[in-house]
Amino acid sequence: MTTPVLEARGLVKRYGRVTALAGADLELLPGEILAVIGDNGAGKSSLIKALSGALVPDEGEILVDGQPVSFSSPIDARRAGIETVHQSLAVSPSLDIAANLFLGRERRRKGVLGTVFRMLDRAGMREEARRQLDALGIMTIQNPGQAVETLSGGQRQAVAVARAAAFGSRVVIMDEPTAALGVRESRAVLDLVLQVRDRGLPVILISHNMPHVFEVADRVHIQRLGRRKAVVDPKSISMSDAVAIMTGALEAP
Amino acid sequence: MSTTLSAKPSGNPPGAPEARRSPLTRLQHLLHAQATIGPAVVLLVAVIVFALLSDRFLTPGNISLIVQQVAVVGTLAVGQTIVILTAGIDLSCGAIMVLTSIVMAKVAADTGLPGVPALLLGFVVGTLCGLLNGVLVTRLKLPPFIVTLGTLNVFFALNLWYSSSATIRGTDMPKLLLWTGQTFTIGGTRITYGSIMMVLLVAAMAFALKNTAWGRHVYATGDDAEAARLSGIRTGRVLLGVYATAGLVYAVAAWILIGRIASASPQAGQLDNLDSITAVVIGGTSLFGGRGAIVGSLLGALIVGVFRNGLALAGVDVLWQTMAVGVLIIVAVSLDQWIRKVKP
Ligand SMILES: Nc1ncnc2c1ncn2[C@@H]1O[C@H](COP(=O)(O)OP(=O)(O)OP(=O)(O)O)[C@@H](O)[C@H]1O
Ligand SMILES: [Mg+2]
Repeated sequence: MTTPVLEARGLVKRYGRVTALAGADLELLPGEILAVIGDNGAGKSSLIKALSGALVPDEGEILVDGQPVSFSSPIDARRAGIETVHQSLAVSPSLDIAANLFLGRERRRKGVLGTVFRMLDRAGMREEARRQLDALGIMTIQNPGQAVETLSGGQRQAVAVARAAAFGSRVVIMDEPTAALGVRESRAVLDLVLQVRDRGLPVILISHNMPHVFEVADRVHIQRLGRRKAVVDPKSISMSDAVAIMTGALEAP
Repeated sequence: MSTTLSAKPSGNPPGAPEARRSPLTRLQHLLHAQATIGPAVVLLVAVIVFALLSDRFLTPGNISLIVQQVAVVGTLAVGQTIVILTAGIDLSCGAIMVLTSIVMAKVAADTGLPGVPALLLGFVVGTLCGLLNGVLVTRLKLPPFIVTLGTLNVFFALNLWYSSSATIRGTDMPKLLLWTGQTFTIGGTRITYGSIMMVLLVAAMAFALKNTAWGRHVYATGDDAEAARLSGIRTGRVLLGVYATAGLVYAVAAWILIGRIASASPQAGQLDNLDSITAVVIGGTSLFGGRGAIVGSLLGALIVGVFRNGLALAGVDVLWQTMAVGVLIIVAVSLDQWIRKVKP
């Protein structure tokens, strides 16, 4: 059997009396799109937050390429090549689009301006930002120097998606990346997900949109009450059966 | 941060987007993009009005006096601005400054320590005081208002204890500590080295905020700390750095203060903490964090200085000067609220 690129074993996370994760497992295989579905509060976001270093689980382990890792901050996960679009988007409203794309990994100017004066290569980063956004074709950004707070909700989401897609080198995780998007923009994000997969990167896609999930996913992870209830093949199960497992109306196959 | 004026809501087709906006909305967008325009206009108008009211206002001597009066608060405002940009506030800045000035002067006066080490000692003390604020804010997760209200009292008490509530005369300390009050003359105008130091400090901090990754992280942390953390910024480290840097800046303010009053007094600068917050707020920096600029704070400090000086020259009672500053604060904060409601 192939080693999963990213694996979670028995993750537990409690918030006071609420148990967000009750021994959750997850396996992401090389080159696949793994969709994660589940009711509100099933622990989907908590699960991927643990995988992206945003929260430290109380119990359980995380493995990257079969090696146990312990992420104590999002920086650790980033270093391991894991990029995440969080449900909350995690963009800084008062910074511009280019600054957000490069947040936490700014590029400096060449020569003494960069080494001694620590000057940012603004022009270079804007240029690169424009290229990334154009390549995605998600939105018509007129100016990468525009503050993110002046963008619509969907455009902000596009910025967050572009950031993850541009910098992910091992895994890209997207928590409801199309939630605020229109039909055309959702289409573009789905195409992007496929594009990332075709680049050889596996993707974890969390979504409540079943037609989207069944269209792009190679496997579907069904999360229920803080645990993995089942992993199903979207080609051999109906949407309504998947939803029935998700809500507990049907036992896992 | 550096949104250009051409930023448009992308819902509008390119070419004719401005036509649909009322002049008021356009003003709102302009101020949103360039927060320092407001204070710059206010300062300009104030200068013109006071020049018309009094012939003495625009004389080189008077301008130089205003800048000297502003130098201490303007320097404190540099530290205060970076703290407020992180959505914090520093009530202890004046106390740190006074404690530092006493340490520099008294150690030198008591032990004969030369100027340079005495100054460096002061810088270390200021930085440590700031660092203490930072540690309390980040490790104990206490609100900055409460932390600095506490340390304000702690530092002030230490200052009274160490100085035995006695002023240290300028004649008892090394020349270097008084150097900031020395002047040089350009075109008949006497300028103190302290004023120059404030301007250089403003320029350096403006550069760092605008052109370095650290500056962006300061804005991002104040804007939305959780988003910044998820974006891979060590927000705790940013905050520690900001409070410690602010402490160092207050120590420079202490040096300027000694030069200004030609002594080190444990009772000096009692209200300078509030004055520095006033300068920052009038300068267009948002108390909610993530928005503003250092240059605005310098303009804010100058506005207060110009109002006080201009009204005094016009023969207006001090109480009306104070009221004018109060009105300015409320106008500035209301303006900030309005600007922050900008719609895409
Ligand atoms: N920071 C927190 N503090 C307290 N409880 C939390 C916190 N984060 C999550 N929870 C709880 O953990 C459970 C799982 O939340 P989680 O966000 O992982 O669900 P989800 O599957 O992503 O839901 P949704 O589809 O609504 O996004 C919920 O009951 C939630 O209330
Ligand atoms: Mg969620």
